[in-house]
Amino acid sequence: MSATADIALKRTPLYRLHVELGASMVPFAGYEMPVRYPAGILKEHLHTRAAAGLFDVSHMGQFELRAKRGGIEQAARALESVVPIDVLGLAKGRQRYALLTNDQGGIRDDLMVANLGDRVVIVANAACKDDDEAYLRRALAETCDLRRRDDRALLALQGPTAESVLAALSAGVRTLRFLDVREVELLGMPCVISRSGYTGEDGFEISVPADGAEALARKLLSNREVAPVGLGARDSLRLEAGLCLYGSDLDTQTTPVEADLQWSIQGSRKAGGSRSGGFPGAPIILDQLANGAPRKRVGLRPQGRAPIRHGAQLFVDRTSDQAIGLVTSGGFGPSVNAPIAMGYVTAAAAVASTPVFAELRGERVPVNLAKMPFVANRYKR
Amino acid sequence: MLKFTRDHEWILIENDSATIGITQHAQEQLGDLVFVQLPKPGAMLQAGGAAAVVESVKAASDVYAPVNGEVIEVNQALTDNPALVNSDPMKAGWLFKLKVSDRSQFDKLMDEQAYKSMIGQS
Repeated sequence: MSATADIALKRTPLYRLHVELGASMVPFAGYEMPVRYPAGILKEHLHTRAAAGLFDVSHMGQFELRAKRGGIEQAARALESVVPIDVLGLAKGRQRYALLTNDQGGIRDDLMVANLGDRVVIVANAACKDDDEAYLRRALAETCDLRRRDDRALLALQGPTAESVLAALSAGVRTLRFLDVREVELLGMPCVISRSGYTGEDGFEISVPADGAEALARKLLSNREVAPVGLGARDSLRLEAGLCLYGSDLDTQTTPVEADLQWSIQGSRKAGGSRSGGFPGAPIILDQLANGAPRKRVGLRPQGRAPIRHGAQLFVDRTSDQAIGLVTSGGFGPSVNAPIAMGYVTAAAAVASTPVFAELRGERVPVNLAKMPFVANRYKR
Repeated sequence: MLKFTRDHEWILIENDSATIGITQHAQEQLGDLVFVQLPKPGAMLQAGGAAAVVESVKAASDVYAPVNGEVIEVNQALTDNPALVNSDPMKAGWLFKLKVSDRSQFDKLMDEQAYKSMIGQS
């Protein structure tokens, strides 16, 4: 890490706490973030699946969208012009996964959007949030006001005991189901809590005023169930859960159908739906929904113990020199206790029952196609 | 005689045999290991060339041969239990042994004092 990069890096409101807890801090998406704490990635990962992990995700972008004229319906209709998602049908107090698409059908970013009654709340990836903001301001200039909430931190509390931990601060959170969102007071502070996350576990994401984030984090960490968890375990947890990392598994060259995210496009936006199309790249995406895509995201289980990582090329056999795919995320799954990966292969290879072969240090390693998630998710539906 | 490299390997030298592993400092930096790839017995290694790979949840890191030599033994226990490198990096977590032909290469390696100084622990 160079000195100039040091100077440019931003810090979240929990920076001081991370350092105090002994975190290894690394640059990530322009922020100095904890990659792991002294317990280490393996233990942090397993603790999240056994009890509760606390993640600082304050680097992610938080936005509020309001209609210039009218209410939530007008804001939802406006947002539908940039996402292939049913926003209008999203009930008050509900959250949904969304994709910002481009004119080629590629993915600009993946988001969480929520209906808070008077506004749509958007959570965006850290590395994309500046571009997203500029794009949304441009695309929705006529219809909406966009407010960026850099004055708020975002904490994720994930794992089977997350509910009991958070209920000790606000008993009402027990009534939330997966993807419910509520405005809740925690420690006297106005928070927005969603029952969601990116680990495959039950849990919550908590938007909290930046100046109160450290107090809330310390309060949660004072519960013996809770351990701090860094970006390293966040990555292995989401990979086991079969969830995509923007920039690795999703990008502007990859369509929602290729990424196997067609479940995120509701019927109302598909061919024959009441608001079919009308989003960037709709002709390409609707065609792929009907006729399939040339390549597909698949789960991968390398035979043996050697992890296959991001960037490894995939082949049909041990000798051919024509790659049929690429690993986009890969590593070791601590809960699976084996190497796991995801990547893209040709449509023909995606439905084959025979293994593919990954290039690893000059050798070809057999890799089985596998269903995702690699670890069953435990959302409270 | 115990020597160290800039790449955080240790080399225990006994006659013409050298046992190689990674240091306590290196295992702390890498974190919990989940996979170790060892060289094949009989392979001829060149000083500075890739000899083994140690992998954590997050990343794969090369281990380099500190001197020229023939691989005469590898630590098979690491195949089933790579965490031995974390729990006992200087003893049970050794990686491989070389038969060394040119002992003068040892002179270029650091002693313990110089290594500790390099990692800021002197």
